[in-house]
Amino acid sequence: MDFGLSEEQEMLQETIRGFAQNECPTTRLRELFDEGEGHDPALWSALAEMGIAGLIVPEEHGGAGMEILDLALVAEVLGEFAIPGPFLGHSLAIRGVMLAASAAQQANLLPDLASGEMIATVALQEADAAWAPESWTARVRDGRLTGEKTIVSHAALADRILVGLDGGGLAWVDAKGQGVVIEDLGGIDRTRPVYKVRFEGAPAEVLEGGSGNAWQLVETAAVLLAADAFGSATKLIDLDVAYAMEREQFGQPIAQFQAIKHTVARIGTDIEPARALFWYAAHCQDAIEAEAGRAASVAKAHITDRAMNAARESVELHGGYGFTWECEVQMWFKRIMLDRSLLGTPDQWRERTAVMGEY
Amino acid sequence: MDLEYSAGHQAFRDEVREFLKGWPLKGDEAKRPQEEQEQIFRKRGIEAGYVYRAVPKQYGGSEQPSDAIKDRIIIEEFYAAGAPRDLMSQGAGLMVPTILEFGTEEQKERWIPPALTGEENWCQGYSEPGSGSDLASLQCQARLDGDEWVLNGQKIWTSSAQRAHMMFGLFRSEPDAKKHEGITYLLVPMDAKGIEVRPLREMGGGYEFNEVFFDDVRVPVSNTVGVRGQGWQISRATLVHERNLIGNPNMMREAFSDLLDLARSRTLNGRPANEDAGVRRRLAEIEGYVQTSQLSNMRQFTASNKGKMLEVMRPMMMNKVAGTDTMQMIMKCAYDLLGGDGVIAPTEDELDTWGRKTTSSGWVLQYIFSMGPSIAGGASNIQRNIIGERGYGLPRDLRRTS
Ligand SMILES: Cc1cc2nc3c(=O)[nH]c(=O)nc-3n(C[C@H](O)[C@H](O)[C@H](O)COP(=O)(O)OP(=O)(O)OC[C@H]3O[C@@H](n4cnc5c(N)ncnc54)[C@H](O)[C@@H]3O)c2cc1C
Repeated sequence: MDFGLSEEQEMLQETIRGFAQNECPTTRLRELFDEGEGHDPALWSALAEMGIAGLIVPEEHGGAGMEILDLALVAEVLGEFAIPGPFLGHSLAIRGVMLAASAAQQANLLPDLASGEMIATVALQEADAAWAPESWTARVRDGRLTGEKTIVSHAALADRILVGLDGGGLAWVDAKGQGVVIEDLGGIDRTRPVYKVRFEGAPAEVLEGGSGNAWQLVETAAVLLAADAFGSATKLIDLDVAYAMEREQFGQPIAQFQAIKHTVARIGTDIEPARALFWYAAHCQDAIEAEAGRAASVAKAHITDRAMNAARESVELHGGYGFTWECEVQMWFKRIMLDRSLLGTPDQWRERTAVMGEY
Repeated sequence: MDLEYSAGHQAFRDEVREFLKGWPLKGDEAKRPQEEQEQIFRKRGIEAGYVYRAVPKQYGGSEQPSDAIKDRIIIEEFYAAGAPRDLMSQGAGLMVPTILEFGTEEQKERWIPPALTGEENWCQGYSEPGSGSDLASLQCQARLDGDEWVLNGQKIWTSSAQRAHMMFGLFRSEPDAKKHEGITYLLVPMDAKGIEVRPLREMGGGYEFNEVFFDDVRVPVSNTVGVRGQGWQISRATLVHERNLIGNPNMMREAFSDLLDLARSRTLNGRPANEDAGVRRRLAEIEGYVQTSQLSNMRQFTASNKGKMLEVMRPMMMNKVAGTDTMQMIMKCAYDLLGGDGVIAPTEDELDTWGRKTTSSGWVLQYIFSMGPSIAGGASNIQRNIIGERGYGLPRDLRRTS
């Protein structure tokens, strides 16, 4: 019985933390944020070099052969530094391939993905918040994909797109090929731009593993979004503490006011214990299948909800400055907005919790 | 990370389950009064090595080698079976660990065994009318006269003082010393001459806590725990045990499961309440908090097992306020599920059984009771001060120095 991280896992997080501090400090993040591309080729290839692009890809296919828990721990740190880049979609595309592709397909697709040279993303959600697999309508007929997906992260950057189909199947599409129309939606989180993608008879390869894995893929997404929101919220608490100590009013640091201290304590108490929640949800995907659905539902709903609340409190704690574009808080605020809204809101995941928990 | 138990621990769990087939008692034993049955079974638990594991045999415990995972298995299994294990009373839960750590040999021999069996009840005499959150300002006086302390003053909110044989309490022995330094930790027989217990009626309607008055009460000096004037430090150790009692995640899980049953049994707009979308969301939101508490507790457990306690100081500081807030959420939801029945006052019988949640007025009592733990043992605002100051390094409140 050991509900803690291994030394390797702690080191993994420290390594990425150190990397992020050096290569994407807030000054650089700010530049990237204002450019709005949500991507820095140098950053991505350095991460890929460290094995992040193919973290869960089996070693035989050129990956690091690690677990979903490791992936979630990386997502936490990327959230903490609001690192721009295609990590989320890319990791989920890999997960989808590993869940649903035949052995031959995996051998074909995974090595390029593991190296990060080929970038992939996932297109799951459709218009009117149709994010649950049962509501997907995109379809492949005679090898041609038709349908429309929305809130697809990094679609313009990606080489390949893994698409969710009616009935829960998954198809693999060349993002730069014919019949794929990509429209920038002007996403609020400028570290992870989002797109509408229309498929007009695009050539598609259906993954052969059947249609039973769609929920597992969506649940992995839920865990990674929760981990990202958790990391983002811990960063906001650090920013709150630093600002509260520095900003003076009425002749004293505002941290001296108990209302401010208690704000920090409240959001801290909402966030810090929930670290265990995303650990567990991720670990269930690796080792406790029977619990995985419920744990992912609770983690996505609870953490993104509490993190959003922490973000709103953080803006208020920073006063007028908190309301500016200049203030750092907004970058994490918007990161959490995406984590919360993409692929199911807290209310929707709570209904799923109720179903899975047989209320 | 590995949530499987080792083969050894799995076998231990089976062994505990086997033992627990003995509860509830059967045959003639089952006809005895409830309290006696519990005592019989607790005694068997001690003999089997499952109950009072940290207490040496000579004082009535079962003195088992420390194994936190076994402790956890025992708690889980006993909880699931509803079987009596270590008493969570003020005596066994708070006084015993304190005496084990700071008491003399005579004190341990005299006071621990009857506290473990529940033959002697204890109460906690800390709070005073003028000293609650600011406990160290307490004024109840202990003056040394030969080999006896002479006590004068008043305690308040003293739970179960009306049933207690003994009180462990804090008294000001050095009126001129600094606030935190002139306090002594004493054991006081409640039948001593000059003690008067006056019941206070709680908002729920019952009489659980009391005022206790001291008028020249004489207590032998041998009833001093630890060093004279060091009572404050000793009481901090007790407080840790108290907060652990309050932040118990098994209790939370049980309350949540009762809440689900309640939702299934109530009707809303002509349909079972558990089918209502709003109710389901609210329940699932609460489950988020319940699971968080439970999993955070597991993380703390593993970390302290590995000697990495420092890494979990923050979540540990958060246990009490997170736990009491979650219990309040559960009870607020239950209250709303009761609909119009929520206005029916608890019966006398329910007051005696702390509102076991089978009736709507029992739930009403729980709804009211759920506020108590947020106040007792360090109110929530005080917890938030601790989290802000020690957890996040924010400055202490400005205060007038005394
Ligand atoms: C059910 C119950 C059982 C109890 N049993 C016992 C018992 O057996 N023995 C015993 O000794 N005591 C017992 N108590 C007393 C309990 O420990 C005190 O009530 C508690 O410490 C608070 O003290 P107080 O009541 O004087 O409130 P106060 O200290 O007057 O607090 C009033 C309010 O002010 C807030 N406050 C106080 N100081 C600060 C600050 N610095 N910053 C911000 N807010 C502040 C508090 O949070 C609270 O909301 C019990 C209480 C309850 C409710």
